[in-house]
Amino acid sequence: MAGNPFIARGFHSRRPAAPPGRLPPGQYETRDFPVLSAGPTPRPPLAAWDFTIRDSEGHSVRWSWDDLRALPRETPTADIHCVTKWSKFDTKWEGVSVDTLLAAARSAGVASNPFVLAVSDGGYTTNLPLADVTDGKAWIAFGYGGEPLAPEHGGPARLLVPHLYFWKSAKWIRGLRLLPDDQPGFWEQLGYHNYGDPWREQRYQGDP
Amino acid sequence: MRVEEMRLDGNAAAGALREIFAHDMTTALVTCAGCARASPMGVLMNYGGPMGVILRCPHCDTVMLRIVSTPGGRYMDASGSSVMLIPERPT
Amino acid sequence: MTAELPAATASRLDWHVASVTDVRRETARTCSIVLDVPQWPGHRAGQHVDVRLVADDGYQAQRSYSIASPPEDASLVLTVERIDDGEVSPYLCDVLQAHDGLELRGPIGGYFVWDIAEGGPLLLVAGGSGVVPLAAMLRHRAHAAASVRASVPAHLLYSARTWDDIIYRDDLEQLAKFSDVTVAFTITREAPSDWRGYRRRIDRAMLEEIGWPPSATPRAYVCGPTPLVESVATLLVEIGHDPARVRTERFGPTG
Ligand SMILES: Cc1cc2nc3c(=O)[nH]c(=O)nc-3n(C[C@H](O)[C@H](O)[C@H](O)COP(=O)(O)OP(=O)(O)OC[C@H]3O[C@@H](n4cnc5c(N)ncnc54)[C@H](O)[C@@H]3O)c2cc1C
Ligand SMILES: [Zn+2]
Repeated sequence: MAGNPFIARGFHSRRPAAPPGRLPPGQYETRDFPVLSAGPTPRPPLAAWDFTIRDSEGHSVRWSWDDLRALPRETPTADIHCVTKWSKFDTKWEGVSVDTLLAAARSAGVASNPFVLAVSDGGYTTNLPLADVTDGKAWIAFGYGGEPLAPEHGGPARLLVPHLYFWKSAKWIRGLRLLPDDQPGFWEQLGYHNYGDPWREQRYQGDP
Repeated sequence: MRVEEMRLDGNAAAGALREIFAHDMTTALVTCAGCARASPMGVLMNYGGPMGVILRCPHCDTVMLRIVSTPGGRYMDASGSSVMLIPERPT
Repeated sequence: MTAELPAATASRLDWHVASVTDVRRETARTCSIVLDVPQWPGHRAGQHVDVRLVADDGYQAQRSYSIASPPEDASLVLTVERIDDGEVSPYLCDVLQAHDGLELRGPIGGYFVWDIAEGGPLLLVAGGSGVVPLAAMLRHRAHAAASVRASVPAHLLYSARTWDDIIYRDDLEQLAKFSDVTVAFTITREAPSDWRGYRRRIDRAMLEEIGWPPSATPRAYVCGPTPLVESVATLLVEIGHDPARVRTERFGPTG
């Protein structure tokens, strides 16, 4: 597009005042919880639901819904940032730390690899460095705001990685693949940033 | 709000498609690589909202076409569409 | 913007700044925007435009709006339902006024369009602002000679929340009177006490009464909120209409 953009008289971006330092660049605060999805909402029966961590050699460990719910739980509170520019402060979750699951995987002989591909019902995937889902940075969340996580927000369970743009927090998660090489996920293949740090405004490939 | 109440269809992607194709593509007959059924692009289910255009087969939900506009250019993945017929005259 | 380019090489999909000549209220929750678009190439009934709003800090929002005016009219008209917590529609209804510019591109779309040459019978089913592209079709049809119109009978079934939420009510009644369209309203919330029409969501019985029998092979156009469009399209196919003759356009969530 050549030339200067046409500015719409009296149209303003939604940027209500937020405490300094709390909004990453280009974001605005919302009180709603907008729903974004790349496909229809899967509604898997919990009796058939499972969660699997698998390495590239095919070693894996599997949790049923009841197994997952029996693990020690955490209740993280976090600000979340969507690449479509909304941020939501102090969201309250309940789930199992990915550290807990990876420790169990390691003792079951699943090889640790430097990259993770999260895979979900409906075919959605997203990739992250292993370092970004360890040391208390990521959870498999099944509760939100004191309630079971609603299907439109990713229930029965979603990945929660609040320090990265929210598309990395895969809804309807069913497993993690531990990979020796990085493998771009659903949006990462299509020009979204491979890492997605909101504080460095890494929205698209080519952003710093 | 349920995702299914928010989905749109291929008509809403007509503008994004015309940024890439010389023709209107909503009347193009597209064959799904998943179930081999053909549909006009206009009837495909359109998800993705503000992140991009995600067009899925109305019969089997296969992702048939994906488009994301970025500052560096437009990304398009049509690997879920085996054939596209662009009619000579739109019906 | 491509003002420097010779017109012949300008793609039909460039952004243009249209001039707003009027913003008028249609109902309490909708307004029509009358536009003068430079080098408008003409459109077909059912097409839409994309509208883009850019704020002074660079923030942008883009939405689609159907064209309400028929191809025969000189000015372009959009009709917008104001969504209370919306970003773009309240701007269009409350802030935009005559002499403003409005950036848009179009006409867009080729699937959800109808031209009188395609024939009928026509079965139009609308929910809420979904009536906008269907009104363009009826207005286009009204421009045809009476003999041509007679060979393309048209029925409109239009679902609105209240009597006062019916967009283009007077205009539709005029079209019914002077261009032989059968218009039926159904009111899903409060109806006037003397209302004798339908008072429920569109259902199979209603579509069988207002629609044509499948043997008449009508062309159906269904437009409005996504849940309404999907349920009507499913019902039409259950009744026996050819799915290939049932065209749909989803506007998104229900208001
Ligand atoms: C092809 C096409 C043609 C369209 N033509 C028209 C038209 O002729 N007239 C018209 O008024 N609209 C039309 N729409 C809908 C329009 O594009 C916008 O979605 C609508 O105006 C809402 O935009 P907003 O920015 O005001 O609301 P947003 O800021 O997008 O949404 C605000 C809130 O309202 C909800 N919401 C979003 N859209 C709707 C809706 N349609 N009804 C109720 N709630 C909603 C959202 O979920 C959100 O919670 C059309 C859509 C498409 C895809
Ligand atoms: Zn298919």
